[in-house]
Amino acid sequence: MPQRVDVAKTWKLFIGGQFVRSESGQSFPIEHRRHGTTLNLCRGSRKDLRDAVEAAHSASEKWASASGYLRGQIIYRMAEMLESRRSEMSEALAAVGTSTPKKRLDEVDAAIDRLVGFAGWADKIEQILGGQNPVPGPYYNITVPEPSGVVGVLPPDRPALLASISMLAAPLCAGNTIVMLAPEGHPLPVALLAEIIATSDVPDGVINIMTGKREELMWHLADHREVDAVSAANLDDETLTELRQRAAESLKRVHHDSVTAAGWSKHESRCSPWNIEPFVEMKTMWHPSAC
Amino acid sequence: MLEQRAASFTRRSIKTQSKADGLRLALSMVDLTTLEGADSPEKVRSLCRKAIRPYEGDLDRPVPSVAAVCVYPNLVPVAKEVLDGTGVHVASVATGFPSGQYPLSVRLRDAAQAVEAGADEIDMVINRGAFLAGRDEEVSDEIKEVRSAVHPAHLKIILETGELGNYDAIRRASDMAIEAAASVGPIRDGEVFIKTSTGKIAPAATMPAVLVMLEAIRDHYFATGVRIGMKPAGGIKKAKAALHQLVMVKETLGDDWLNPKLFRFGASSLTNDLLRQLVRMERKRYMAAHDFSEA
Repeated sequence: MPQRVDVAKTWKLFIGGQFVRSESGQSFPIEHRRHGTTLNLCRGSRKDLRDAVEAAHSASEKWASASGYLRGQIIYRMAEMLESRRSEMSEALAAVGTSTPKKRLDEVDAAIDRLVGFAGWADKIEQILGGQNPVPGPYYNITVPEPSGVVGVLPPDRPALLASISMLAAPLCAGNTIVMLAPEGHPLPVALLAEIIATSDVPDGVINIMTGKREELMWHLADHREVDAVSAANLDDETLTELRQRAAESLKRVHHDSVTAAGWSKHESRCSPWNIEPFVEMKTMWHPSAC
Repeated sequence: MLEQRAASFTRRSIKTQSKADGLRLALSMVDLTTLEGADSPEKVRSLCRKAIRPYEGDLDRPVPSVAAVCVYPNLVPVAKEVLDGTGVHVASVATGFPSGQYPLSVRLRDAAQAVEAGADEIDMVINRGAFLAGRDEEVSDEIKEVRSAVHPAHLKIILETGELGNYDAIRRASDMAIEAAASVGPIRDGEVFIKTSTGKIAPAATMPAVLVMLEAIRDHYFATGVRIGMKPAGGIKKAKAALHQLVMVKETLGDDWLNPKLFRFGASSLTNDLLRQLVRMERKRYMAAHDFSEA
């Protein structure tokens, strides 16, 4: 009997709605922590990042002008698709070393709930953050939040799925488009997330996901003048300082959170309007009133 | 064969210094174009200012001006006013652009008026209706009349390759246009161009179509020693595509044609992509679209 050979895929980059190989032709291996097998992922290059930002920028106008209600429906669809692939995602978490089956399913379920939470905020965030301001004189004075534009997302290694989803969905629901660099140490759940997003009615280019070496990519992201904000978590002081300095060159907002592994599970604090607020710009308008 | 040959020019590796030089050369070859019903005098003025000084920022090596601004005849005086004495040429489309479906007397008057208004380059369209009906002589005679009418302004003959149907027809039209123009009088470098397209229909300046035309120019040069210019127009939006075209020109016609006198790009959005790449190379970071003025 001939022995069957496993057919293992190379996980590709997700750019502009397409699954592409790295322009560099390079990949990198990670070890499947439970099976001891080797998995290969594309090692995104500077030029792949450029393409991802270009795709995010082109998708930006349409996504920003879509109604909050529609954005909410699409994010909810992501939750539905993730729900239907719970076991596969749980397996991906096992591959990056999340210990017990219960812990894995808990993380997947929390991630699904997080998506549903941000789907809900999509058409409410404007009322929460915006409003009519009291001014002396015969004017209406109205403040509305608008999305920043293209947001670079740098999630921490753990919890790979829940942190990535939380950091992705917050700017997304407000109308930003996303370039996410998968956690370098534990990229597999996010690579799988790209396949879920691809089947979730998310317009092409609205979410772009890259795997690869942080060091090779994040500084180009920080320098890129078409990127309007960066969301990062649990960076060391030195990296954070350099990120802030380089981002300042192009007046990029940098939002950084330090969150413990357990902290990501706290739905109230991780799915609040204040997780979204760093990725909007406030626009204030004056308008003469009748009297 | 032709398509494979054309595709082979996209596989050259052009990096660092040669890339920077190529981008600057391409920029100096751009005919910055606006051909819209909505073109206003101020829009044309702003385009002319961009043509003179494409990038407001400072680079260690200054950015060259583009070769020409290309507008409708009505806007030639406006462009002339801004560009006079700057070295940037004023080009005008004429002869019933873009269709050419007007009586010959109207087309000739159109071209002559554009020259009177100050255009030093005329982009004429050939009579594709007559060409496709097999009335080659009529097309050829019309080209002769237009060249006489616009002299001494330079003439670019638009074949509208996307409407000609196949590569053989493009070659036949190229040969005919070159012969017709040459029969009127001697041609000095840059006095006569053949041009792919109006930019109003797709496909426009595809690599194989341009290659056919370059080969017609090459064969004419070998036979007579006269250098005809080439202008691909339409659909060249990215710096990389412009570099591919330059590679094709160099490998088909040689270094003589790597010169704005004999080679032009008809484009608008290409300018900003060339600038974007140039500035990126010097600043070592990716620039945003909003870092460059509208063209």
